[in-house]
Formats: sequence, structure tokens, C-alpha cells
Amino acid sequence: MHTSKEQWFGNIRSDILAGIVVGLALIPEALAFAFIVGVDPRVALYASFTIAVITSIVGGRPGLISAATGAMALVLVSLMANHGLEYVLAATILTGIIQLILGAFGVANLMRFIPNSVMLGFVNALGIMIFITQMPYLIGSNTMTYVFAIVTLVLVYAIPRFIKTIPAPLIAIVIMTIIALTSGVKLQTIGDLGTMPNTLPTFLFPDIPLNIETLKIILPYALALSIVGLLETLLTSQVIDDMTDTSSNKNREARGQGIANFITGFFGGMAGCALIGQSIINIKSGGRGRLSTMTAGVFLMFLIIVLGDVVIKIPMPVLVGVMIMVSMTTFNWGSFKFLRHAPKSESLVMIITVAIILYTQNLAIGVVIGVILSALFFVAKISRVSVLYDAGEYKVKGPLFFASTTKFIQAFDTISEKEVVINFENSHLWDESAVGAILKVQQKLEDKGIKVTIIGLNSSSEQLYQQLI
Amino acid sequence: MRIAVAVDGSDNALRAAEHGIILAKYLPEAYVEIIYVADMSKAKDDYLLAQNPESLVLKREQIVHPVVLRANNVGVETIVTVLKGNPSQEIIHHVNKSSIDQLVIGSRGLNAFQEMILGSVSHKVMKHASCPVTVVK
Repeated sequence: MHTSKEQWFGNIRSDILAGIVVGLALIPEALAFAFIVGVDPRVALYASFTIAVITSIVGGRPGLISAATGAMALVLVSLMANHGLEYVLAATILTGIIQLILGAFGVANLMRFIPNSVMLGFVNALGIMIFITQMPYLIGSNTMTYVFAIVTLVLVYAIPRFIKTIPAPLIAIVIMTIIALTSGVKLQTIGDLGTMPNTLPTFLFPDIPLNIETLKIILPYALALSIVGLLETLLTSQVIDDMTDTSSNKNREARGQGIANFITGFFGGMAGCALIGQSIINIKSGGRGRLSTMTAGVFLMFLIIVLGDVVIKIPMPVLVGVMIMVSMTTFNWGSFKFLRHAPKSESLVMIITVAIILYTQNLAIGVVIGVILSALFFVAKISRVSVLYDAGEYKVKGPLFFASTTKFIQAFDTISEKEVVINFENSHLWDESAVGAILKVQQKLEDKGIKVTIIGLNSSSEQLYQQLI
Repeated sequence: MRIAVAVDGSDNALRAAEHGIILAKYLPEAYVEIIYVADMSKAKDDYLLAQNPESLVLKREQIVHPVVLRANNVGVETIVTVLKGNPSQEIIHHVNKSSIDQLVIGSRGLNAFQEMILGSVSHKVMKHASCPVTVVK
């Protein structure tokens, strides 16, 4: 899939079919994400439409599905609560600008620096947070609410055993809505959240004062949205790369996400990013090309415009059931095994990442601190250096650099021989402090009248040594 | 004779593979094809638990490698086929389109409830594969 023509029309039939399946799968979640943020369902549905359509054109990973997502919704909750929808839209536009700039600077290359312990912490905290957001709705509600939520949950897990082509959450929603309508049970519905769209989104400039105050409010949110969105998008792209045995341009995808969010904000949609679950559904359904993502977005909008009157009758507890399923699949259950088998430092990074995210209610802060922490652990791990006396030589083992020189110098504190040979065969000099440390040891020993000979430097260490002296 | 064994890294699969290797050893001109299917529905979790794409390659190799080693130890030739998708579907599809004479597969030993939720790969393969299938318990 190299040429643009192949990316669009190399797989027409399967792409359109998969796109329709994904379009169906997007609706329940988009509604639920609107519910999490506390916005009109339109805000999430318009976002899913524009983001899917725009990323299908400008994204870097054909077949990737981007739309309104739970991770982005969670970041937006407090902005919506404190400042309202117009600020959510403005933050979405600013997120687009930041992601576009980051993409232009090659942010995707930084993905290598995010260890899997941090990624695991991120998805686990995300799963827990989505689960928690559903609790206020259930706790203290009436029995019927519980019944509908639990039956929905059972259905979404049971249906895939029998029906594989149509997304289970959608079938569950249809069944449960019919039951609610025919039985006449009184439950809160989507219609109570706000009106459904019956037109295509229109271009509007967010109604906010354009000043520094506004920027101060939206910038922290936009930064968090940018980080969270790119993280989930790049993770999903890699999963899709692996599933399809193809490669993709991650920086183009980052820029594409930026363009999509930028435009989405003007069309009254909330920020979004790639959806792991939906992207996997797309690939499993046979979707490979850009046409699949485009179809998903267009079909979603078509359904909403045609079926808007039916959608408002969906009972809220059904969406709660769907969201609990989403939180369960977001959480990585293999993490418990990971905690038992992984090195202690990695387990610790994962737990701390989860803890910070849950404490600050901010996914981005947890990720940033997790990355810093694991970088420090890594430095600590590779800075282990030992000096052993063997066959008349002091053998240095481990790399010498700014973090490991102290231990190296200390090893020569108590020397009593007249002559010392230091062997660097199993070491490597990395920086000025390494060369400085050797000089310091030499001087210290020569002050005591001990003769020092250095052997076994590898060629690049030797080069650095000669260069600096 | 072309004897296929399906492996997934479990002990049951390894026992099945050993059975396939024994068959190949005593049959004239027989070799073993080791089939491994990377389960697409686990793609996200596999990816999260691996450090990067390279370590994912290593993890998959670690599943196939012990079987190759065991076969070569007793002088049985092997070929390796790695597929991606739904394990039972991919195994059935591959077995039916290639000229495989015998398939050996392990049973996961699930209880009734697990089987209802997860589905039995060996059961499905047995039903739909067009060659003789041996299920090793």
C-alpha cells in the first residue's frame, strides 16, 4: 500500500464493509463519551464524523480509526465543568495546533522513550477512570437502572459468541432499547442529555474572549490533550502496523491528528484521537485502506441524521453497561502477570504511573512523570560499575559516565601496592567525567607514590581519552 | 508426509508438538510444519506487554523455537509458518489450502464455562479441517 491510489482504492469492497461495521461500533461509544464529559451528544458525534473523515485523508496510518475517545473525554471533564463548551472547543483547536507542530518536529520518534511500563500504567489508569466515571450514575439509583446496566454488560460479552459481524454493543443497545420502550420502564434516556443532530455540522468560531486569560485556561488542557491523543494514536498505529505487517508514517499521523482536531473544534466537536478497539475491529473486519476510515465517519453521520429520533430513546443505563465493558477491555489484565515477572523498577514505574494519574485525575502528568522515573531507573541500572582485583590487575566492569564515576573513584581509595594496572577491557568511557575520573584516580595514586598503568581501552574510549587530554 | 503441529506457547501445545515430531520420526519422508497464529484479538495486549516491535518478534520466536529444537534433536526436518488472525480460522484456512496430511493440535483443557466464553480452538479445527486431526490431551 504505497501509492495514494492503492491506499484509497486498493481494497474497496472490504474497506466499505469494514467501515460500515466500525461506523456502527462508533455510535454507542461516542454517545457515552459525551455523557462522560457532560456535553450534548452532538459534540461527540460531530467530532467522530469530522475526525474520522479528516484523518482518513491526512493521516499516516491507513485503516486507523480516529474519533471522539474516552481518554480525551476524561481530560476535558473538568474544563467543561468549570468553563463550559466554548472553552472545550477552543482547547480542541489549540490541541490541533500543538499536535501539528509536534508532528512537524518528529514527535513520533520520541515514542521509543516511552517504556511499556508507562504505557501499561496509562491504559490501566484509563480503564479504572472510565469505570469510576460510570459509578455515580449507578450508586444510589433505582433497581431498574442496575438491571439494565447489568443485562447490557452480559449481552455485550455473550453476543460475540454467536454474532461476529455486527458489533455487540450495538446489538445490545437495540435489544435493550426495545425492551425499555415496550415494557414502559421509566429510565433516563439520551434525550435527557441534549438534542440530537439532524444536520451536518456547521463552521462556527468558538464564542470566547481572545486574550491571555483564555489561553491560560485552555493551554494546560490542550497540552494534556496533545500528549494523551498522540500517545494513544501512536500506540494504536503500532498495533495496526503489527497486525497488518505494514509500516506507516507516524509523524504524518501526528500531523493528521493535529489537522483533524484543529478543524473539528471549529465544527463544534470535542478533541479526539485514535481508538484502539475500533481500529482493531476495522482490521479484523477486513478494512485496510483509507476508504474504511472515511466510510466509518460518513456512515456514522448518515445513521445519526436518519435515526436521531430513535437514538434519543436509548436508556442511559445501557450506555453505562457498554462503558463498563469498554473499561474492562481498556484495562490490561496481563499487567498482574507483568507485575510478578518484570524487574522491580518496571513494576514500580507502572504502579506509580497509575497512582499519579488517579490522584491528579490527569493522564498526561502520570505519563510524563512515569517516563522521567523510568529514565532515572535506567540510568541507575546501567551505572553499576565494579572494580575487581584479579591476576595483578584491577579490572573495571561497566560503563563509565557521569552517573557511575563516583563508585569507580571510591574503589581506589584503599590501595597499598607500589604499582597498579587498571584494565578497561570490560568498560567504556562515555563522557568527560569518565576521562576526568581516570585522571583523578591517577593523580590520587601517584600522590601516594603508586605507579599507574592503564590498559585495555577500546578504540572509541581511547579516542575520547586522547581527544580530551 | 507433511505433518502440521499448531503451537501457542502452552504446555499442552508442546505435548502435541512432541507427538507430531514422534509421528514424523517414524514415518518415511515425513517432516513437521510448525504453525503459530498470532491472535489478532490479543494484538493490543501483546503489544503493551512487549517493549517494542522487536521484542514482539523475539516473543513469537520463543514460542516456536523450542519445537524446532526438539524436532531437530531427533533428526526431523521442520518448516515454520507464522499466521495472524483468529487462531481457529487461520489454522483451518491454512490446513485446507495446503497439502497437509495430518494435523496435531493440543487441547487447552478448558472447563465448560471457559469453553463457552473463549471457545475451543481444537474443537472448531477438528470440525472444519479437511485432513485427519489428532487432538493431544
